[in-house]
This record gives sequence, C-alpha cells and structure tokens, in this order.
Amino acid sequence: MKKVLLSTMLVSLLAACAGQDVKEQPKAAVEDRSAAQQQAAARPMDQAGVEANPLKDPNNILSKRSVYYDYDKSNVKDEYKPMVEAHAKYLASHKAAKVAVQGNTDERGSREYNIALGNHRADSVRKMMNVLGVPDSQIETVSFGEEKPRATCHEESCWKENRRSDIVYQGE
Amino acid sequence: MEILIMKPNMSRVMYFRNFAAALVCAISLSLFGHAHAALTIEIVGSGANQIPVAIVPFAGEAALPQGISTVVAADLQRSGLFKIVDSAAAPFQPHEQSEVNYTDWRARGAEALAIGSILRLPDGKLEVRFHLLDAVKQTPLAGYSYVISAAQLRATAHKIADLIYEKLTGDVGVFGTRIAYIVKSGKHHELQVADADGYGAQTVLASSEPIISPSWSPDGTRLAYVSFERKKPIIYVQSLLSGQRQVLAQFKGNNSAPAWSPDGKQLAIVLTRDGGSQIYMINADGSGLKRLSYSSGIDTEPSFSPDGAWIIYTSDRGGSPQIYRMNTSGNSVQRLTFEGNYNVSPRFSPDGKSFTFIQRVSGSFHVALQDLATGQVQVLTDTRMDESPSFAPNGKMLLYATEISGRGILAAVSSDGRVKQRLSTQSGDVREPEWGPLLKSQ
Repeated sequence: MKKVLLSTMLVSLLAACAGQDVKEQPKAAVEDRSAAQQQAAARPMDQAGVEANPLKDPNNILSKRSVYYDYDKSNVKDEYKPMVEAHAKYLASHKAAKVAVQGNTDERGSREYNIALGNHRADSVRKMMNVLGVPDSQIETVSFGEEKPRATCHEESCWKENRRSDIVYQGE
Repeated sequence: MEILIMKPNMSRVMYFRNFAAALVCAISLSLFGHAHAALTIEIVGSGANQIPVAIVPFAGEAALPQGISTVVAADLQRSGLFKIVDSAAAPFQPHEQSEVNYTDWRARGAEALAIGSILRLPDGKLEVRFHLLDAVKQTPLAGYSYVISAAQLRATAHKIADLIYEKLTGDVGVFGTRIAYIVKSGKHHELQVADADGYGAQTVLASSEPIISPSWSPDGTRLAYVSFERKKPIIYVQSLLSGQRQVLAQFKGNNSAPAWSPDGKQLAIVLTRDGGSQIYMINADGSGLKRLSYSSGIDTEPSFSPDGAWIIYTSDRGGSPQIYRMNTSGNSVQRLTFEGNYNVSPRFSPDGKSFTFIQRVSGSFHVALQDLATGQVQVLTDTRMDESPSFAPNGKMLLYATEISGRGILAAVSSDGRVKQRLSTQSGDVREPEWGPLLKSQ
C-alpha cells in the first residue's frame, strides 16, 4: 500500500505547489496597481485613467492579447503589429510587469513539431518586443502546441482560432 | 489540477524478482487496472502469402479462466501472415504428437499445427506443454514446456505465438511486447501501457493537463514523457517497476521530445532555453546537459539510430519541415527528405536501414517509409490524419495514431503496407503510441 500513500503524498505535494501559485496572485495584483499608478503618473492628461487598468479597459488596445497566424507560418502579420507594439511600450515603461507569451497551433500534423511551431510563434512576438526595448527578463515564451485548443471543431473555422499567440500578464 | 502517478502491473518483468513485490503489483492492479477497457483490434488487409496453421485447443484449458490456444491464434492472425485453419471442425483434436493424423490435417489445409496441454501441478502451478509440427514433412519443429502461475497464461500464450512466428517466418516475434499511448476523455489524460494485443491496459499517469511523447527506455522498465501539469511542457522519467518518477528537464521555456539512446544512458531532448527549439543531450539522471544542434529555426523530434551513431530529426532550416540526420556530436548534418513540403516525426527502423516519418500529401498526413541507401519513399497508409509512427522491435509492423470520424484511434500497418489494423477504445481519443522494446527476460 506504500504506493497508494506515495501517490497521495505526491498529489498533496502538487496541490501544495498549486497553492503557492494562488498565493502569488495578491503580490501580482499589487504590482498591477503600482503599474496603473505609474501609468497615471506618466499620463497626467488622462483623467479617466487613475482607477482604470488599461490592460482591462476594452477601449484600450492593451486589452487585446491575441496574435493570429496563417497555416504553417509564425510571422506577426501587419494587422497585429500595433497591438504588440502597444504591449511592448507598456512593458518598457512598467519594469515590474511581466508577460508570458503562449504560442498555439491548430491540430494538424505532428504534436512535437507543433510544440516547436507554437514556440516559434511566441518567439516572433518576443523578438518584436525585444526590438522595442523590452528585455527577456520581462518575457517568458511558452508553447502549448496543439494541446490546448480554444476552439475544438475539426475544420478551418476552429483551426484559424487556434493558430494564435496570447499575451498573458503575470497575475492574470 | 489533479495528477495521479501509478505503478502498472509489470508481471512479466516481475516473475524474475520476488513474489512479495508481485503481490503489491496485484493490489495496484485491483485498485487501478480494471477500470480500463481493453483496446479492441480490427484487422483490415492481410499479407500476400499467408501460412495456413492449425492451433488445436490445448488439453485442460477449457477448465481454466484463460485459454492459451485462442490467444495464440489471435496473435498469429493479427500479424496478417497466417491463415488460421479451423480446428474445431476436426473430428479428433490431438494433444500429443503420437495422436496426430497428418493426412487429415493436410486435407484441412494446414501446413503446420500447434498442439499442447495444460496440467495443474500439486502446488497449484500449471505445466504448459506445447509442440509445433510440420504437417507437410510430418516432423516436429519445436517443443517446449513451461511451469507458470495462472496469472501468466496470457504471457505464456504470447511466448508460444512468438515461437511459432519465429519458426515459420524466420523473424523475431513481438507478441510478448507492450505498447504505451495516451487516452484523452474530455479534459482527462492518461498515459497507459498495454500488451501489444491491447489487453491488460494499465494507467501509468493520470492528469487533468495534456501528456505527450511517451518514450520507452531500451530495457522496457522506464518511460520518459512530456507533461503539461505545471502549465508548460516538462520532461519526466518514470519507473514502471516502482512507479517513482523524476523531472528529467525543466528549463526555461519548453522541454519536450525525449528519445533514449540505445544504451539507455542518455536522452536526446528538445529545449527552447536558448530561444528556438533545439536538440540537446542529457544523461538519464538529468545531469550533463549539452547542446547538439545549432540552427536559427526549429530542430525537433530526435530519434537515435540503433547503433547510437546518428540522430534523425525534423528541421525547418530549409524553409519547410524536413528530415535531417546528424551524428551524435551534432556534426555531419545532412538533409534526407526532398519530396513535399511537410515531412515530420522520423523514427529509425530497428535494422537502421530505413526510417519512418509522416508525410503531408495534398493536405493529408500519411505514414511513409524511406530507404536510407536509395532514398526511395513508400507511403504506407490511406488514413488521412496520421501521427507518431513507431516500429515494432522486429521492424515488421508500425504503430501510429490517426483519426476516424473525428475520433483519435491507434492503427498499425506492416512495413510493406499490406497488413492494416485499427485499435480503438470504447470511449475517448487514443494517441501518441509507442511500441515498447523486446524484453531480454522474455
């Protein structure tokens, strides 16, 4: 029965790890608030912006987080460049903020190649941000490949939704 | 997030250890094992020249919970290389050589016949005797006897099928091997191992996050795999004997595509710690990381040649994913595939003379085979969404994942493309198969 105990212990251990993640969130929220304050200080003309988090404001381009790609491609298309640039500017002026760029692919082809392709997609966003002055210490790229599809049908309408990088701020 | 790490029943390996440990295994089997339906195998297509063979029901097997002759016949039939002669219709079913009427079996079309008996010994063990006879020459081809426990009946049947296969085809039998694969039902993912005939499925790891790329250690005692349980791909190595596992690679970014070196001491893995996906070598205990490939694009899916001298892999350095080869120092890089613009997931054949891979042909993905000496490519399958091909240890069959009516299933195809099988479970998607090695203890 030692094994069952071991499994239980491992589950508890992992649950404890998950718990740590949860505990980190208030800290991140504090960072977010200071970030919002810095934003307010940087833009004194923006009277509405004192309380609103620009990252959550649906009228702000920073609330947009997804870059979409053509099949087999990982270059950031022109229509998504203003959005990536806006996030790069935000990160460059908010040194405490951190993002994960999560790359995804559609379900076709090799799972392992898709992990690599998803990484390449996330990396193309990271490199754009690097050029605009964001250091790697503020960006972690990770790929889910085809493993975490947002849309689950087996045709182009879902596939195009899943060929995507998401910009996720720490604490979100 | 939920993770359950399990120790599957490795009874075949366990015989050679001790009984107490086997008992613990039996407990884990009763806790976890029975929940899983066996993989069902459907045969589509057959070999060109099938050998007609009669597998006569063994004396004494009707009284046992598990017969031998039916398992032997099913194994041989599944290979596509044999035609099973109906022995139930025979007026007399021999169990000893002296009882065989060869003329009668020849008249029924049999070129060979297997006969045998199972005798319960005073200590409760079973003595299985078996003879393979040449019905044409009227001579014995092989004869063996085994003393086993009732739990070993299926394994013994596979061993007998392996012997018949070897005697009649000249190739090594793989009926006693195991396979690993992933079952996904909703958000539930399980890494399972099962016998090559789909029976005895055992859960190795259960998780609410994806698991991919299981890879057997060459001695069949450990599995390396990639788990997303910590929200990104991390490589683990888990012992099938103890159930214990350890992180093999957990570097910044992605950690994936583990492949064991033939001596089991090292693994080739793919990391993004330096930016793009590149191939690294790491010791099986997680020490001694060393970068092997240097390209500005994607290098992934490494597979060792059987002699350990080469690694074949997928790279998009030429603009589209193609198969390349390098030596295990990362030098002598050479492109191997030139047809089409999507060739991925290469695996060396056990004899090292060819490799299998997935080729995209007009939007469909097929299992293909390329001869290393001639460069000649043969597409083996007509299924359309094929992934993850791997060779049986004798090189005669390939196991792969595909999709039928939107559901993930496993399929197998012979290396000549003639014999085709489909393996499916009652529910869920099955994917990421890898055929395990021949175990030395078998």
